[in-house]
Amino acid sequence: MPAIADAARIEPTGSHAPELIASLHAVSKRYGGRTALDGVSLELRRGEVVALLGPNGAGKTTAVKLLLGLLSPASGSVRVLGRDPRSSAARVAIGAMLQVARVPDMLTVREQIELFRSYYPRPLPTPEVLRLAGLSAIEHQRFGTLSGGQRQRALFALAVCGDPDLVCLDEPTVGLDIHSRRQVWEQVSTLAAAGKAVLLTTHYLEEADALAHRIVLINQGRLVREGTPAQIKQGVAGRRIRCRTRLAPDALRALPAVTSAEASEAGVVIFTQDPEAVLRRMLTEDPGLSDLEVTTASLDEAFLALTTA
Amino acid sequence: MSNATTLTLEPAVGSRLRAVLRETEYEFIRLVRTRAFSLSVIGFPLVFFLLFGLRAHDAETTRYLIAGYSCFGLGSACLFGIGLGIAMERAQGWLELKWASPMPRLAYLAAKMVSSAAFALIVTALLIGLGITLGDATVSLSQGLRLAAIILLGSVPFTALGLLIAMWVPPNSGPGIINLLYIPISFASGFWMPLRLLPHWLQAIAPALPTYHLAELALAVFGLAPRTGALTHWLVLAGFTLLMFAAAWITFVRKEHQA
Repeated sequence: MPAIADAARIEPTGSHAPELIASLHAVSKRYGGRTALDGVSLELRRGEVVALLGPNGAGKTTAVKLLLGLLSPASGSVRVLGRDPRSSAARVAIGAMLQVARVPDMLTVREQIELFRSYYPRPLPTPEVLRLAGLSAIEHQRFGTLSGGQRQRALFALAVCGDPDLVCLDEPTVGLDIHSRRQVWEQVSTLAAAGKAVLLTTHYLEEADALAHRIVLINQGRLVREGTPAQIKQGVAGRRIRCRTRLAPDALRALPAVTSAEASEAGVVIFTQDPEAVLRRMLTEDPGLSDLEVTTASLDEAFLALTTA
Repeated sequence: MSNATTLTLEPAVGSRLRAVLRETEYEFIRLVRTRAFSLSVIGFPLVFFLLFGLRAHDAETTRYLIAGYSCFGLGSACLFGIGLGIAMERAQGWLELKWASPMPRLAYLAAKMVSSAAFALIVTALLIGLGITLGDATVSLSQGLRLAAIILLGSVPFTALGLLIAMWVPPNSGPGIINLLYIPISFASGFWMPLRLLPHWLQAIAPALPTYHLAELALAVFGLAPRTGALTHWLVLAGFTLLMFAAAWITFVRKEHQA
């Protein structure tokens, strides 16, 4: 039904925001007794890269699989180009890169790309796909002989070869060295510039910061925070206070502007945006407070504090 | 309105067909390059045929084993090509990636079925070729074509069984489990030697095996089994196919639900 997909593409959205490509609306999903996603809403618009950021088990992959129509939500709705992602009209508009343990070894990079191209009504020409993913030099190599970085690039090629409107990349740089990682970053930026909506999951704040227009922070299936990288960094960054005190971490967490407070062997570690106010309260309440140390928290540290409960 | 419908439908049908053909082409290439598969599926029946099927002045044994080993080759091709193939792609997460793509669902299964059937037909053709040239057997063109047609149709029940196996078998121990089930069943169905040479209790069990009915159909081509039961044999195979597809489907839906 390519003609229908076309109609959806040129439909005016009626607002100044770029066209909405895909959305999750108040979506919940449970596996057995465990809640994987709990009331998460998410919008993806044309030309933007959204990073779904969170620790392992946060529900990132579940969100991606819902958008790909591999899972159906227990409640809430999932839409791609205004349709159920399981419909064939929506599926030809989606490209995906998933975490694959092994790829069938015996086909060459070019053969596998040609195969995936045949699934789409208007695929990109094979040479362009090879160039886009940086595979031209190894197009005749079998998948079984590729290095980790080459394999990820080949999987990336399979995600984009159909020229889809929505590209979902589940942990595209996992296990890659810094050089290969930067190559993937460049390719993702190219996609957004070409007008795709890109959803990318990662557990590296650095990666989300470098790539995304918007970061959606999730933890234990819930949306924790959403905003531009600058907003997220501003929200999570701050100071780290370490000291010995008789105040309990629970009481400290209740103080205003405290992101987290954990007891450790070296004393209590507190992350906060307002160290002066927090310290004033602590010193008033515990005159015996000792071994005080206040440092600037690194982004990763602050992010970790926010997503470990 | 009807014009617009045909205009939008035709490219869709065309691209689906193209996807099915591509999928089949590359599945066949993949199987050919997978030596563990191509060598054993073609190699085993041929080696056994050279050992047991070419005794001088014994055209009947030669023709018996052309039919029997053709059935055996078909079973190996389908159980390993489809059953183990899907089980492995499922375990590796590759099937999920394909499922996320707009690949026509049926293309995946059709490609695996056609490729495995092609391997089975290669085995049949080689067996007939060897039987005629190195053995004393005479096989008429009509007999060859009828045997090929039976093997081709026989790939459907084996595909259904392969699909069910793919849902259950753990990929690492897959080859062992499949051989453990398939070799005894192929014996008891008369693929290797006439049933009358087997113990009585086995002869009693045989009609309960769908593979027995396939063997009877293949052997009847050479007049080595009665032709009168053909309809019953086909009906049993059709029923078995439906049963296997239904069981595979129920398992699939259950696993989806648990996921």
